[in-house]
Amino acid sequence: MENSTHKLEIFRGLVKFKSNTSKIWAVLFFLSVVTIVEVALGIIKPEVLIVNSFLSMKLINWIFIILTIVKAYYIMWDFMHMRDEVRGLQFSVIVTLSFLIAYLAFILLVEGNYIFDVMYEGFVSWNF
Amino acid sequence: MSSTITTIDDDNNDVWGGGNKPFNSSYGKLMMWFFIVSDALTFAGFLSAYGFSRFKNMDSWPIADEVFTHFPFLHGIDAPMYYVALMTFVLIFSSVTMVLAVDAGHHMQKGKVAFYMLLTIIGGAIFVGSQAWEWSNFIRGEYGAVETKGGQIYQFQSLETGKRIALHDFAVEIPSERVQHESKNGVWYIGEGSLPSYTTQEVISGFVADSDIVIKTEKIDKNGHKIILSREESLNKITQAVNVVEGANLINNEYGNRLFADFFFFITGFHGFHVLSGVIINIIIFFNVLVGTYERRGHYEMVEKVGLYWHFVDLVWVFVFTFFYLV
Repeated sequence: MENSTHKLEIFRGLVKFKSNTSKIWAVLFFLSVVTIVEVALGIIKPEVLIVNSFLSMKLINWIFIILTIVKAYYIMWDFMHMRDEVRGLQFSVIVTLSFLIAYLAFILLVEGNYIFDVMYEGFVSWNF
Repeated sequence: MSSTITTIDDDNNDVWGGGNKPFNSSYGKLMMWFFIVSDALTFAGFLSAYGFSRFKNMDSWPIADEVFTHFPFLHGIDAPMYYVALMTFVLIFSSVTMVLAVDAGHHMQKGKVAFYMLLTIIGGAIFVGSQAWEWSNFIRGEYGAVETKGGQIYQFQSLETGKRIALHDFAVEIPSERVQHESKNGVWYIGEGSLPSYTTQEVISGFVADSDIVIKTEKIDKNGHKIILSREESLNKITQAVNVVEGANLINNEYGNRLFADFFFFITGFHGFHVLSGVIINIIIFFNVLVGTYERRGHYEMVEKVGLYWHFVDLVWVFVFTFFYLV
């Protein structure tokens, strides 16, 4: 077992901890803050973030998705101890998943958008 | 990467039995990672399919804030998302107690491992219970709606207050004989579920009689709000209603697009099933800890492996939460 081999720093070494336990609590605190920010944004829905969009996605949705990936990173790296694993294992999980999921999402979303256009611009009324 | 190279003259010659350690990781943990990667792809498939349907119906998809507005003991209060946020916290917290259990396992503290495992189990049970509550609210519905021949949902709203109005607030009782169509009568392959509380005619008459009610359509305007018809347009459109819909099932739902409820049941259901099996596995491991199985074995790696699975369930929920409730 890899006793006392935990890497006890997060945020690229910005914050260091004396024990693994205190690191866990700090990560919980961070994840809670991120979740609270997400929920607050979801309830308030600031007009600015909804009206403006970047790459045809609303800014608020960009924020949600980026924050979600940030949360996923910390859950995986600190709760699932990925930080303590060797590079090879980190890459074989992360690269596989991010490549396949990005590919799948890209194909399906583009296709969904296309079907929307067809139904929207077509002469047949689908919702009567 | 020397750690990945397999040589026969290692300490143990057991190359195929899981004896050596590729990636410096034990056989069991590596297999758990294999499972997690494949399961993550399954969930990615579901969520992408959800995205597909949502993009396809971009201008009419239900708005989650308007669907999930319940909070326990707060009846009639509009509380969008608070409950789901609470569920998210419960799950993240149970993830933390799980890491603490793993950490205690590294230090061979049996009592602490058991205690944290117990907390994790309780957290998981609360989450599954919350999800059941959420489902029952979703299935029961609150306001009711009518469905047109084309499958569009019309909801009702007060012109004056702008608040949603439930069917029982305005539908008039028209005495009539209503018979449930069962598959044993008439055409065998056409059946009918339980009848809604009102007939379409009762809803339409009530709607015509009350000049305060307008129709809230499925369509979304540029600012992301549902389009509300004027009274005249509403009177025009209400004649197209063919069905009364209350709550949700796999065929139609009062919230909007038919696929919405299907994806809700399918994705949160599949995730809930993962949580449920996680709780059961945790209970098994918990009792193993209590009877000292891992103490005798000399290490608590089993707690670590089930911990990986548990964190993965949490990880998936983070994504489901974002794509189902936030985006």
